[in-house]
Amino acid sequence: MAEESKVTLYGYWPSPFAKMVEIALKLKGVPYEYVEEDLTNKSQMLLSLNPVHKKVPVLVHNGKPIAESLVILEYIDETWKNGPQLLPMDPYKRAQVRFWASFVQQQLQDSMIKVAMTEGEAREKLVEEAYEKMRLLDEGLKSFFPDGNPSIDTEHLGLLDVVFVSFFGNHKVHEEVLGFKVIDPEKTPLIHCWLKALLDLPLLKETLPPHDKMVAFIKFINESALKSSTA
Amino acid sequence: MASSSEKVKVLGFWVSPFVRRVEWALKLKGVDYEYIEEDIFNKSSLLLKLNPVRQKVPVLVHDLKVVAESYVILEYIDEIWKQNSLLPLDPYQRAMARFWAKFAEEKVFETAWNALCSGGEEKEKALKIAIESLEILEGEAKKIQNFFGGDRIGYLDIAMGWIGYWLPVWEQVGCMSILDPLKFPATSAWAKRFISHPLIKHNLPPREEMLVYFDKRSKELSSISQGWIKV
Repeated sequence: MAEESKVTLYGYWPSPFAKMVEIALKLKGVPYEYVEEDLTNKSQMLLSLNPVHKKVPVLVHNGKPIAESLVILEYIDETWKNGPQLLPMDPYKRAQVRFWASFVQQQLQDSMIKVAMTEGEAREKLVEEAYEKMRLLDEGLKSFFPDGNPSIDTEHLGLLDVVFVSFFGNHKVHEEVLGFKVIDPEKTPLIHCWLKALLDLPLLKETLPPHDKMVAFIKFINESALKSSTA
Repeated sequence: MASSSEKVKVLGFWVSPFVRRVEWALKLKGVDYEYIEEDIFNKSSLLLKLNPVRQKVPVLVHDLKVVAESYVILEYIDEIWKQNSLLPLDPYQRAMARFWAKFAEEKVFETAWNALCSGGEEKEKALKIAIESLEILEGEAKKIQNFFGGDRIGYLDIAMGWIGYWLPVWEQVGCMSILDPLKFPATSAWAKRFISHPLIKHNLPPREEMLVYFDKRSKELSSISQGWIKV
């Protein structure tokens, strides 16, 4: 492969944003070099590739860097036509996928972060809000799985699958650390079955960070955050 | 494909910059639509039915299909009506337009709004980020002659168009200076070109009423603990 068309992904193993891009590249069968960044000690390379945000993921293709995970995913879908189409052909279905992907990445994720950062009575209200958002997603999924049966194979994975599994594939980690059932089969049955089907796929299961490693990492982050907020 | 105005509806709120984005896009494409004013402080059953998830405007209804979220709507409009394309054809250029739109939204729009609706240290912090972010955008504005879309208005112009009209109102109401034309000559010049464009200048809310609205609204939001709410 010519040097110009080389693909490099700058990532950080616990980051769901970087994970999304990794999964998309693997699905499309795009050969790439992965560079692990230590976000506590950012490399000069990262700072020069993404001077605006100084964050991962950054995808470099044809010598040009692209940042922002959802922007990168759309770029990947538009550039590599083999493998599953991350976005459907129909504009209305595309709009639905984009709407829910943004909902998962922003609204849902925000709710989880708020729960993680809060203790005591205020937390209960936030947990209820998080469940409410999950219920909305569960309701929304009905248009994607009209027969109520999310069966998925690697050839038909889409952008919303990739986004959701990146943020919630390690939900058991969140449950262990946060102490509430993030994915409740009774409250959100469709999400529960969907996630189960996704995690059955070896490609996804293998790409997600290992459970114990993630638990240790999240605990460390939470403790540091609580320490700095009470310091 | 001609579409009669009954087929396209926009549910909006007169002062919302998010709604105007959608209207500008439709006007640029020459698409007729019916506009329905929504009182967001007294939400109609129509809004709640069309956008139960976020309960917000804008909402686009096209042939009974419902699309919400201004950026999702912009992409939908661009895919359905192919004339006067909003996004460039090249995947990398598209990624850049989307990247900068997100940057401007998070780092200029949200921070300027937060500065308007807060006081003291919080306001100072928000102002600092808004101005630093404008410095970065100025670098991009220096590269263009006419619009970010080239000779025609494009996606990024529409995304950032609020800067030329809403921001000066917020500056006046909030007694703050953000878009200083001496510091940001390229951005200011672009903003002026955008707002003076024939399709845009006749599709702006009345300035005097905006001043009254945002003065009232910012005071309401300042008095509650979290002013971090959109419009």
